[in-house]
Amino acid sequence: MSVLVYIEHAEGSVKKTSLEAISYAKALSEKLSLGEVIAVALGAISTDELSKAGPAGASKVIHVGDQKLNDGIIQAHAEAVAQVYKKVVASTLVLAKSSLGDAVAARLAIKLDAGLVSNVVELPDTTSGYKVKRSIYTGKAFAETMVNTENKILAVKKNAVDLKTDGPAVVIEEVTLEIPAADFVTSITSTDKATGEILLPEADIVVSGGRGMKGPENWGMIEELAKELEAATGCSKPVSDIGWRPHHEHVGQTGVKVAPTLYIAVGISGAIQHLAGVNSSKCIVVINKDPEAPFFKAADYGIVGDAFEILPKLIEAVKAQK
Amino acid sequence: MKILVCITHVPDTTSKIQFTDNNTKFDKNGVQFIIGPYDDYALARAVELKEQLGANLTVLSVGEAETEPTLRKALAIGADDAIRINSFPKDSLFVAKQIAAIAKQNGYDLILMGRESIDFNGGMVHGMVGELLGIPSISPVMKLEIEGEKVKMAREIEGGKEYVEAKLPLIAGCQEPIAEWKIPNMRGIMSARTKPLVVIEPSSDNPVTEVTSFVLPPAKGAVKLVDKDNVGELVRLLKNEAKVL
Repeated sequence: MSVLVYIEHAEGSVKKTSLEAISYAKALSEKLSLGEVIAVALGAISTDELSKAGPAGASKVIHVGDQKLNDGIIQAHAEAVAQVYKKVVASTLVLAKSSLGDAVAARLAIKLDAGLVSNVVELPDTTSGYKVKRSIYTGKAFAETMVNTENKILAVKKNAVDLKTDGPAVVIEEVTLEIPAADFVTSITSTDKATGEILLPEADIVVSGGRGMKGPENWGMIEELAKELEAATGCSKPVSDIGWRPHHEHVGQTGVKVAPTLYIAVGISGAIQHLAGVNSSKCIVVINKDPEAPFFKAADYGIVGDAFEILPKLIEAVKAQK
Repeated sequence: MKILVCITHVPDTTSKIQFTDNNTKFDKNGVQFIIGPYDDYALARAVELKEQLGANLTVLSVGEAETEPTLRKALAIGADDAIRINSFPKDSLFVAKQIAAIAKQNGYDLILMGRESIDFNGGMVHGMVGELLGIPSISPVMKLEIEGEKVKMAREIEGGKEYVEAKLPLIAGCQEPIAEWKIPNMRGIMSARTKPLVVIEPSSDNPVTEVTSFVLPPAKGAVKLVDKDNVGELVRLLKNEAKVL
């Protein structure tokens, strides 16, 4: 018996959210006595990177190094994970919520006849049945959800558990699978991606700017603060709509939903649609010159004042505390 | 060409989320219901494709009678006909099986829906339908062009996008900026009244998950304001009190 974790990698590194999913699976397995935690990785990735699965809580990594799986072809990934799931006789599949993870999990729910719960925020409660708490209404509420199937898929939200770093070394097993050609009918022709940046959906700290920044030429301050904090940069919907910032930085109801430990909003009034994208943040700081800005009601800390005066001081203060 | 757009009937994004009946039911009191914002993008793109390529555009929703005004709105925006599966949407799998059953019967070339509903945020129905029908499922799609049999898409990934090519038939979960939302005009609203809206009873498939209760997040405490001339204090608080630095 085992718990299988589908892990993703990008630019040669295993994603931190995937390592968190391994830690979730480890805690789950310990709580419910589900046996070994096994991670599955698809496509080319180094052994050094895969061995990070050990400290996070896995005892084994199954690596399907087939070059055809380097791209995130949704059907092919789903088929590969389904085959591995059956091979290791797993009872639960755990994965981190992500663009590819969600798409693969949905197909797996059918392939494995599994009950699927997405946006999972806690370990299941099994005092009566199998109950999982998940985030709904874009972070405005939670639903206790009973899963009534033998096989289960849990798509875990960022920060659902703390990342484990003390697990023992992991065994890496290279595996070859037969994936039908029919699962490769879609192709990825090219990718257009910010490189070397800290990615917004996975960041522990996010610094966002709104229309109060007055223009794209003023984003240097946001970027500098982000750099000092090792944070990702985000923005409000109007800012990405006018084209001051790219769409993948738009945080909110119809943009990226973030769940960092610290979210700093500069010159964003805090429309309910923006709040929907940030309400899972652990700590929120709001800087706005309007003391009536609704964002202050959702904030833990705030400064009322002009962003152009405060940001340089804040950058200095962050540098000073290092 | 036959296009199916699946829409959800969800509370307006500005709604206050509350529950009744001992936290087991959503409180609809004073809540305005809309076409899911992501579904609205899917519908807008489908209307554009229909105008461009010529197609029959069907809109579908799994919901009880109260969802009909939402379907009528989709007809006013440009769908030709509507199907309502007469059931509360019990879970993702239940909804996916209903859609797949209709799609098997009617044979659509392209099925579009939002990347996720804004009530339960699962984002799983399109993938499930794709697997049930044995066709590609792509999500979240922010650009979709049809050139003959070929479909060229941009799919959002963390930190950017990837360009995906596939052939029809396929299913896509859509998001902005795939198209601009369309507002129905008077002619659309008038014609929507007489466009066909068929009600079909659901299949006997059972859901596999069930919500037993709802929980609201704990109320946020008051904001702690720091003086603008003492910015260093904020950094100290974040480090020593909130412990997030």
